[in-house]
Amino acid sequence: MSGPRTAAGGTGTAGYSDGDWELRLYVTGRSPKCLRATENLRLACEEHLAGRYQIEVVDLLENPRLAADDQILAVPTVVRKLPLPIRKLVGDLSDTDRLLVGLELRPRSAAP
Amino acid sequence: MDNAVTGLTDVAVGPELAKAPTGIVGLDEITGGGLPRDRVTLVAGSAGAGKTLLGLGFLVAGAREYGEPGVLLTFEESTAKVTSDVRSLGFDLDELQQDGLLTVIAFQMEPTEIVSAGEFDLEPLFLTLDEAIGRIGAKRVVLDTVEVLFGALGDDSTVRAELSRMARWLEDRGVTAVVTGERGDKSLTRHGIEEYVSDCVIVLDHRVREGISTRRLRVVKYRGSAHGTNEYPFLISARGFTVLPITSVALNYRASEERLSTGIERLDHILGGGIFRGSTVMVSGTAGTGKTSLGAHLVNASCDRGERALWILFEESPDQVMRNMRSIGLDLRPWLDAGLLCIWAARPSAFGLETHLADLAQLIDQVAPSVAVLDGITSLSRGASDPEVTSMVTRKIDLLKSRGITTLATVLGHGDEMSTMNMSSMADTWLLLRNVETDGERNRLLFVMKSRGSAHSNQVREFVLTDHGIELVDVYVGRAGVLAGSARLAQQAAERDAELRQADDLSRRRRELRRTIAEREAHLAAVQDQLAAERQEVDRLGLREEHQATDAASDRLVMTTRRWADATPSDGGQR
Repeated sequence: MSGPRTAAGGTGTAGYSDGDWELRLYVTGRSPKCLRATENLRLACEEHLAGRYQIEVVDLLENPRLAADDQILAVPTVVRKLPLPIRKLVGDLSDTDRLLVGLELRPRSAAP
Repeated sequence: MDNAVTGLTDVAVGPELAKAPTGIVGLDEITGGGLPRDRVTLVAGSAGAGKTLLGLGFLVAGAREYGEPGVLLTFEESTAKVTSDVRSLGFDLDELQQDGLLTVIAFQMEPTEIVSAGEFDLEPLFLTLDEAIGRIGAKRVVLDTVEVLFGALGDDSTVRAELSRMARWLEDRGVTAVVTGERGDKSLTRHGIEEYVSDCVIVLDHRVREGISTRRLRVVKYRGSAHGTNEYPFLISARGFTVLPITSVALNYRASEERLSTGIERLDHILGGGIFRGSTVMVSGTAGTGKTSLGAHLVNASCDRGERALWILFEESPDQVMRNMRSIGLDLRPWLDAGLLCIWAARPSAFGLETHLADLAQLIDQVAPSVAVLDGITSLSRGASDPEVTSMVTRKIDLLKSRGITTLATVLGHGDEMSTMNMSSMADTWLLLRNVETDGERNRLLFVMKSRGSAHSNQVREFVLTDHGIELVDVYVGRAGVLAGSARLAQQAAERDAELRQADDLSRRRRELRRTIAEREAHLAAVQDQLAAERQEVDRLGLREEHQATDAASDRLVMTTRRWADATPSDGGQR
């Protein structure tokens, strides 16, 4: 793995005037958990934020000191940097409900 | 730098077990050299018990003294806060970090911020530690309260598994680690860390009894090594973390043959020439028996020899004692001014017993006294239970003894020998002062209860406070019992009287006899005169008788002749 990878969806969708979502995913190499997390995050974003998100994947194996600097204890961890406030979500994101609630992609109040 | 798989079970145990010294005074003694090297030690304790400090002490000692850099991974506080917290305890973490001897890494847990959604692991912690260990070549690692990870990440079974993995990993990594954990109600730690960190377990305890805090440390487990199993008090002071073993200093002090004067000539004499240098003298007695004055004499004598003295007052202020001692003719001010005397007055209840002991240790270092007087050491018990006080006094005396300091401790006894018995075994010399009340006055008596290593008088002395110091006086021992004070004086006067009277009697009798003799001699002379005269008379009478007989014969002859002139008498002496 080399450097943060960025994936961006389409930009034409209206509705989020306050800008794109910035997500950062911390992983350690290509462990199954990390790969699963990457995939799960991508799927969820495509479904709910198509064209309005960026995912930066940070591999701590390449820069271990980032863990302390960014206060990352566990992997995989996804950090919602924007919109504020910052949210942290730990795990392989296989629990979709928690993923959506944790990132506030689907507010609890909006649940059917 | 290694990832060779070394099994833990086949590591040799026993006396050969390699140890990493903690540099913490006392703890290395209890553990026989430190924590097990390349193993993980669990330090459990409640909040504020001193877990972090023990860990830091271990790291700082490693960095400063043993050439073993260390890593602190804390989950409790920020790096800046840790650094500032321990600065007052003499740890300069910034400097050590700059020198590459220490790395502090802080992870702050804000559980509300983290949501878990699926499987995870703690690999970032491993990476962080691995990087830090590799960067400074660390040999020591402290994980401060990893337990906060429980609950914070949602899945405790994963945290438990990961921490267990971390313990093995640290051991394989070739570092000596300390993991701290919160004390649990039923188990040693709240989340059972002891299950996978089981080579060495130390429990810290902080209890407050009757308003005085006491910290204690216990080595619960030390696999493969003998260790002290008692609860040892420890303290946290400006000198860092100090554990105070009760018995470790015990009986190794050198015994000196040199005698020191107590400042009271007669007392020195009674003790066979003074007290031994480095010995411990206990003076017990009820209130007002002169214990403080006795201590003041020792202090004075020491300063007079040019030796430093430390006078610790548990009951009075220095000014008050100085004034009181002036009244018995001891002016200690010059010694104070000359820097020979250091007086420290502190009510022990103002601090914990440990703090008191730590302060004493510090004072001893600063003053380097040859004599120390602990005045009113039993007032320690006002705030703590008796066994605690006894053990504290034992440690104080141990501390002084181990430094070769001659110590006099005054103990408030109730005249009852048993009440001070547990303390008397520590003392080499035990002087008992007792008030006796007779005829409306109180007098002080001094007994030498024991004096190790010297012949000493078994007699009680009267202890008199004069305006020129303490004097010991022989008491009157006789049919009337032991008499002191006025009673002694009265008895002495009575004896003097009696002696005088007896002397009078004798001379009178002598005079009388002389007179009688003179009379008798005179009488005898008279009798002899008379006798002589009578003898003379007898002689004279005899002579006269002779003369008379002769005269009569001749008379008769004359008469015969005259009568019988012409006839011859028939019966006459006629021839």
